[in-house]
Amino acid sequence: MLAAILLGFLFSGLLVFTGKFLKGRWAVLSASIPFVLFVYFAQFIGRVSSGEIISQHIVWVPSMGIDLRFVLDGISLIFSLMITGIGFLVFLYTSAYLKNHEYLDRFYGYLGIFMGAMLGIVLSDNVLSLFIFWELTSISSFFLIGFKNKEESSRKSAVLALAITGFGGLFLLAGALILGSVAGTFTISEMLSSKELIANSPHYIIIVAFIFIAAFTKSAQFPFHFWLPGAMKAPTPVSTYLHSATMVKAGVYLLLRFTPVLGSTEFWNSTLIIVGSITMLYAAMHTLFRTDLKGILAYSTISALGILVFLIGLGTKEALLAACVFILVHALYKATLFLVTGIIDHETGSRDITMLSGLRKVLFPVAIAGFLAAISFAGIPPSFGFLGKELIYESTLHYGNSAILITALAIITNILLLYSGFLVGIKPFTGKLPERFSKVHMPSFLMWIPPLILAILCILFGIFPSIIQESLIQPAVTSLGENGGEVHLKLWHGFNTILALSAITIGIGVLLYFLIKPNKKVETAIKKLEFISPKTMTEKFGNGFYYFSTLWTNYFQNGYLRHYVSTIILFLVGVMGYTLLNNTRYRLVYSSFTALTIYEVITFVIMIAGILYTVFTKSRLAAVAALGIVGLTISLIFVYYSAPDLAMTQFSIDTLTVILFVLVLYRLPKYLNLSDIKTRIKDGVLSIAFGGLISILALEVLAEPQGSEISEFYAENAYLLAKGKNVVNVILVDFRGIDTFMEITVLTIAAIGVFALLKLRMTAKERITTGIKK
Amino acid sequence: MEFILAILIGIFYASGLYMMLRRSLVKLIIGLILIGNGANLLIFLLGRITKGLPPIIPGESPVFLKAYADPIPQALILTAIVISFGLQSFAIVLVKRAYSVVKTDDLDQMNSTDQFS
Repeated sequence: MLAAILLGFLFSGLLVFTGKFLKGRWAVLSASIPFVLFVYFAQFIGRVSSGEIISQHIVWVPSMGIDLRFVLDGISLIFSLMITGIGFLVFLYTSAYLKNHEYLDRFYGYLGIFMGAMLGIVLSDNVLSLFIFWELTSISSFFLIGFKNKEESSRKSAVLALAITGFGGLFLLAGALILGSVAGTFTISEMLSSKELIANSPHYIIIVAFIFIAAFTKSAQFPFHFWLPGAMKAPTPVSTYLHSATMVKAGVYLLLRFTPVLGSTEFWNSTLIIVGSITMLYAAMHTLFRTDLKGILAYSTISALGILVFLIGLGTKEALLAACVFILVHALYKATLFLVTGIIDHETGSRDITMLSGLRKVLFPVAIAGFLAAISFAGIPPSFGFLGKELIYESTLHYGNSAILITALAIITNILLLYSGFLVGIKPFTGKLPERFSKVHMPSFLMWIPPLILAILCILFGIFPSIIQESLIQPAVTSLGENGGEVHLKLWHGFNTILALSAITIGIGVLLYFLIKPNKKVETAIKKLEFISPKTMTEKFGNGFYYFSTLWTNYFQNGYLRHYVSTIILFLVGVMGYTLLNNTRYRLVYSSFTALTIYEVITFVIMIAGILYTVFTKSRLAAVAALGIVGLTISLIFVYYSAPDLAMTQFSIDTLTVILFVLVLYRLPKYLNLSDIKTRIKDGVLSIAFGGLISILALEVLAEPQGSEISEFYAENAYLLAKGKNVVNVILVDFRGIDTFMEITVLTIAAIGVFALLKLRMTAKERITTGIKK
Repeated sequence: MEFILAILIGIFYASGLYMMLRRSLVKLIIGLILIGNGANLLIFLLGRITKGLPPIIPGESPVFLKAYADPIPQALILTAIVISFGLQSFAIVLVKRAYSVVKTDDLDQMNSTDQFS
C-alpha cells in the first residue's frame, strides 16, 4: 500500500525530467497511473467484503510513536476507489481540456501529489501520518486552485483556501496529539479499545472540538464554507476532482473514521447535527441566487457536505449507511456535472446559466450525461440518487423525538438541491439554441466519455444496487463499528411514508424549477449583503493583520542601528533591573576588598578623565588619543593585579589600534555632531542606567562565593602535564590549543578582509550597478 | 578597590553605549572599543583580583607554593583582546571604505538596505 501512495509522488517527481515529453500528444498516458492504482485497489474488493482488513506496518520514527501504518477496510476502500477511479477520468479529461497548455506537466505534477496525499489520508492508521498527508493535500490543492496564476482572483482564492484549510490542519495536529496522549497510542485502530477512557477524559471536549474544526474547514462547513466557492477559480478538472470525490470529502472521512472512537456522545452528535443542518440549508438557499454554473455547483457541494455531516451527527446505523451511500451518490453525479460544465465552458466560452440553452442540438452525448446526472442529483427514480435520498429520509424519520423537525430540514434541502441539479444538468440543454452557439461542436471524445461513464454509473447503481451492496457498502458500514444486521439496498420499498416524502420533494422541486428563473438582479442584490459574510470578515481580518504587522515591522525594523541597540538595551535594563531590585541584598563586604594605594587612585583618575574626554571631545583625533590613554591605563591595572601577560598584550594591541585609527581615519570629514540635545539626554540616561546596572551586577557577583576547581586543575598540572611554568600561556597554547588555533584563523580572515577592502578598486561599471555615484 | 573597579566598569559600559547610540560611524567604533574594554575588566574583576601574585610557577618548583591569581580569566581576556583587535581593525577599514564610496559618515544615511516598505 505504501508503494501505491508513493506512486503519485513518484510520478510527480519524474515529471520534472519527463515533463516536456508528456506535455505534447502523450499527455493521455499519464492517466495510466490512476488507472493502475484503481485496478490495484479493486482487486481487494473481494477480500475486504469478506470481512478481512488488510494492513501494512512499517516502523518509521519509533521514538515518537510514528509508524507508517496503513489499513484498508471498507470505508478506506470506497474512498480509495473514488480517488483513483474519478482520478483516472479526470486525468483523461485534462489531457484534452488543457491540451497544449504551457504548464500541463506542472498540472499533472500537482494532481499526482494531490492524489497520493489523498490516498495517504484514507489509508493511514496513524493520526500523525494522517496529519502529514492532510497538510500535503492542503498544499497541493493550493497549487491546483491557483493554477491560473496570472489572474489575481485565482491567486487570492488559492491563498484563502490554503489559509482556511491550513488553519484547520493545525487544529488537527493539536487534536491528534492530545488524543494520542490520552489514549496512549497514535494508532487509530488501537484507540478503539480505549473508547471509554477517551470519552471520560477531561480533554474529551477539546479533542473533539479540535477535530471538528479540522473537518469543518476541510469540508467547507459553515462558517468556514467560503473558501470553496472561491476555489472555483481553478480549471474545471480541478474543481471536479477536489469537490466531488476528494479534498472536501477528507473532512467527512475524518469524521467517519473517528466515529467509532469519539462518537455517540451528546456533544459529538448535537454539534454535528446543528452545523450540518445549518450548512446544508444555508448553502442550498444560496444556489437559488447563483447564475454561474460552477457557482451553483459549489454551493450545492457545500450543501451536500452539510447533509453528510448531518448524517454522521445522527450517528445511527441507518444514518451511517445513508452517509456511505450518499458519499458515492454525490461523488458520481457531482463529478459528472462538473465535467459537463467544463465542456460547456470549453466549447461555448460561457458558464452563465441565463445565456445557455438548447445545447442538446450540438452537444448531444454531453446532454445525456447532464440529464442522467441531474436525475440522480434530484433523486428521481430509478437513479442512484433516489436510493440515497430514500435512505436519508429513512434515517431522519427514525430519529427519536425530533424526527419531524430534522426530516423537514432534509426535505427543504433536497427540494432546493433538486432545483439546482436541474438548473445545471438540464437547463443549458433545453429550449432554443441561440444563434451564437450554433457553431459549437463536440469536443474530443476524451472529454465527453468520462462524464458519460459516470452518468451511466449514476443510473446503473440505482437499478442494480446489489452490485455495490455486498462489495462496498456493507464492509464500509461494518468498518464504522456497526456490526449487527445486513445491509439491504433496493430501489422499491413499497408505498410508505418515505415514498410520499420523495414524491413531495420531487413535486415541489420541479415546480420550483419552472417558477423561478435565475437572473442577475437577485445575485447582485445578494452580493450587497456580503459585508457581513464570514468571507469578508476573514479577508478584513487578514488585511488588518497584514497592516498591523507592517506597522510593527516598520516600527522595530526601521533601519536605524541606534534604535535597535537602544530597544535591546532598554529591554535588558527593564528586565534585569526589575530582578535586581527585587533580589539584591546590597551587601558590600569591605573587609574582603583589597586595599587601595596611591598609584591606583592616580590611574583611576587618569582613566576616567580619558573616558570623559573621549566621549565629549569635538575632535576625532583627540578622541582617538584619549582612547589610547584609556587603553594604557587598563594595561597598568593588569600590571597591578598580577596579570603581566595581559598587560603586555593590552599595551601592544592598544598602540596598534591607535596607529591604525590615525592612519586610516585621517582623511575622514569633520567629526559629526548630529543629535540634538534632547536625544543626547535620552541616550545619556539610558547609558547611565545600563552602566549602573552592570556595576550592581558586578558587585552582586563579587558577594557570591567563587568555585575554582578548574583553575586549580590548570595550575597544578601546568608543569606536570604540559611542562610550562606560565599557567596563562600553558592554557592558551596547550590545554586550549585548538581554541587558540581557531582564534588565529579568525584573525587571518580579518586580515584578509582588511587587505581586500584596502585594495578594492571598483570599475565604473560596478559603481553603476551597485547604485553608487562617483 | 573592587568597589571602585566595579564603578569604573559601569562607566566604561555607559560611555560605550552612549557612543554607540550616536549617528557617526567613527563614534560607533569608539563605543564598541569602550564596551570591549569594559567587558574585559568585568571578566577580570569577577575572576577575583589578587595583588602581586602572577600565575607563574616560581623557580625550580613543579607546583605553586603559595597563593596565585586565577589564570582562567586572564587566558580568556587575552583571547578577547586579540580578537577585538581583529574586529576593530576590520571595522575601521570598513568605515574608511564606506566613506570613500558613499561620502558620508552618518549612519542615518546608510539604512536603505534595512527598510521594509
